[in-house]
Amino acid sequence: MARTLHFGRWHFKLTATRYILILLTVIMLAAVVVRLIKGLGAVTNLSDEWPWGLWIGFDLLSGIALAGGGFSTALFVHVLHKQKYAPVARAALLTSLLGYLIACLSLFFDVGRWYNFWRPFFFWGYHSVLFEVFWCISLYTLVQIIEFGDIFFEKIKFPALKKVIHRAMPFLLILGIALPTLHQSSLGSLFIVAVGKLNPLWWSMFIPFFFVWSAFFLGPAMVTLEGTMASRAYKRESELPIYASLTKVTMWMLIIYLIIKIIDLNYRGVLSLAFNGSFESNMFLLEMIGTVTIPIIMYAIPSIRKTSWGVFTASFLVVAGVILNRANVCFVGMAKAAGASYYPSIWEWAVTLGLWSILVLGYCFIVENFSILPKEEHKTAPTRSAGAKLPFGV
Amino acid sequence: MAGTKGVLVDITRCIDCESCVVACRLYNGLEEGKNNGAKAMLPEKPKLAPNKWTVVQEYKIEKSGNPVRRFVKEQCFHCLEPACASACFAKALQKTPEGPVVYNEKLCVGCRYCMIACPFGILKFEWEKPFPRVLKCQMCLARVADNQMPACASVCPTGALTFGEREKLAEEAKSRIASNPNLYINQIYGEKEAGGTSWLYISDLPFEQLGFRANVPYRPIPDYTWQVLKWTPHIFIGWGALLTGMYMYTKRRAEVHAEEELYAPIDKDE
Repeated sequence: MARTLHFGRWHFKLTATRYILILLTVIMLAAVVVRLIKGLGAVTNLSDEWPWGLWIGFDLLSGIALAGGGFSTALFVHVLHKQKYAPVARAALLTSLLGYLIACLSLFFDVGRWYNFWRPFFFWGYHSVLFEVFWCISLYTLVQIIEFGDIFFEKIKFPALKKVIHRAMPFLLILGIALPTLHQSSLGSLFIVAVGKLNPLWWSMFIPFFFVWSAFFLGPAMVTLEGTMASRAYKRESELPIYASLTKVTMWMLIIYLIIKIIDLNYRGVLSLAFNGSFESNMFLLEMIGTVTIPIIMYAIPSIRKTSWGVFTASFLVVAGVILNRANVCFVGMAKAAGASYYPSIWEWAVTLGLWSILVLGYCFIVENFSILPKEEHKTAPTRSAGAKLPFGV
Repeated sequence: MAGTKGVLVDITRCIDCESCVVACRLYNGLEEGKNNGAKAMLPEKPKLAPNKWTVVQEYKIEKSGNPVRRFVKEQCFHCLEPACASACFAKALQKTPEGPVVYNEKLCVGCRYCMIACPFGILKFEWEKPFPRVLKCQMCLARVADNQMPACASVCPTGALTFGEREKLAEEAKSRIASNPNLYINQIYGEKEAGGTSWLYISDLPFEQLGFRANVPYRPIPDYTWQVLKWTPHIFIGWGALLTGMYMYTKRRAEVHAEEELYAPIDKDE
């Protein structure tokens, strides 16, 4: 089953898991072709009551948030020069870049008149939050591609170009933090216009702050998750000390997040809505207790934080919490105003699964061909199909 | 906006003849379909749709103990400061000085953010088409710009629809309420909702019972967004400057490793 494809200086190992991921990608492509030819109604369960569905609520909102590891790690390593975090910096950049490409793709499938996607570059609806999101995401994706060029041209020798990129790097890195700060918050601001529609547990003038703050504290958790999975899959030493040290950042940011949430709800006089027993209130409590409070406690206890399973579980909760938050804003909080139900169609799921399969395949291909992960000193003897046998085997 | 036009709907005068619905379809050349025949022919209550820019909704309710029927014409309210137009990042929706909020399909990307933004749930998307449009009442811009009534108002036989300058219509609504306080409830729907709309409604029964949304804020919705969005350039420049400062300050103190020695591809010969 497992064999390695070689093409020129590139190679790509095929394992059972990867065949499945490729299959999912092919199914996605089929769904996309039908969607482009026959329209959104043919493949999605979207309606006038639910104009935004899974592709926006999950692939875009969560996808971009999960890519937040890119800008928070860049801030620690390249702006604050905290070199001890350097071993995870490139992996974070890569996941972020892939996350943005996936989000852009899903947006392209989602917009109805996709051949017009470039219009906002020339017709400036600057009073729209979406205008800011569109510009920032486009520019930041470009910045990340150029940043990645620095890694790309290590392998593909092109010294002149690498020198140019290297010169521009400080500027790119700062742009690469300022831009995502803006659009991570703007993804939240998108819902300010839904005043009176979005449930007051989530609607707030502070929603841009909550979005950017959560995308930032999610970064270290995401780096921990993907790092742990990669080390299992590739049978490498885990960067546990780095993850344990990063938890301090996440923990304090979670505490501040929780306090400001409570102040904000109290100030607007809607805190009692959290305890009225409705579906919305239960989802809100699940988010606040299960994925904010519990990780704070887990991070606070050294005997949990310093073990691989402890830091992994707490980080998993943080990541799940941000996904839950985006789903609460986009779906749970809007359901009452919509007055109809929505559940994604099988083809919407297929496109989402396919997009995330591309992300995993892209990640594997790139870490196996480029210098992304830190050099290993003491390697455990690798076996041919090591990846496929492990729980996170890819 | 002085001189901006509007329509006053007097719910007490509507008899559900649906002439306005027919006039709208004919003037705008909307496709016929199974959803836009006469109301009696429809399987369920009528809904706005891409080929149906106005409907007359029937409500069976109680008034001082007696069952009564009331009819509410639905269409775009044509907000004075429309949330949909503020949400459009391609300028496909615009408020015209004459009053109508109009859609330009050439610029539309099809992102449907306008549908999220509209507080009244008016915009409808052509889900079944490969290149869908977002459609709604255009308030017959060509006619209104020529100082003619919109098609619907021009055929209303009972005076339920009155066309005119929006400010004058608001005065007219107030004087009707004042001259007949026993009939009308003392509210003009659209006077303050979403910062004011070009279409105004008066009624003898509470608007909540007639399908009107009660929780639409009085403040213009674009204001909320702008209050946040206006900080964008300041945050960008301020945060960028702060980052640059931190970068330069910490760089001098850090010993920077050569990156090429730190990382390597995963071993390929496995």
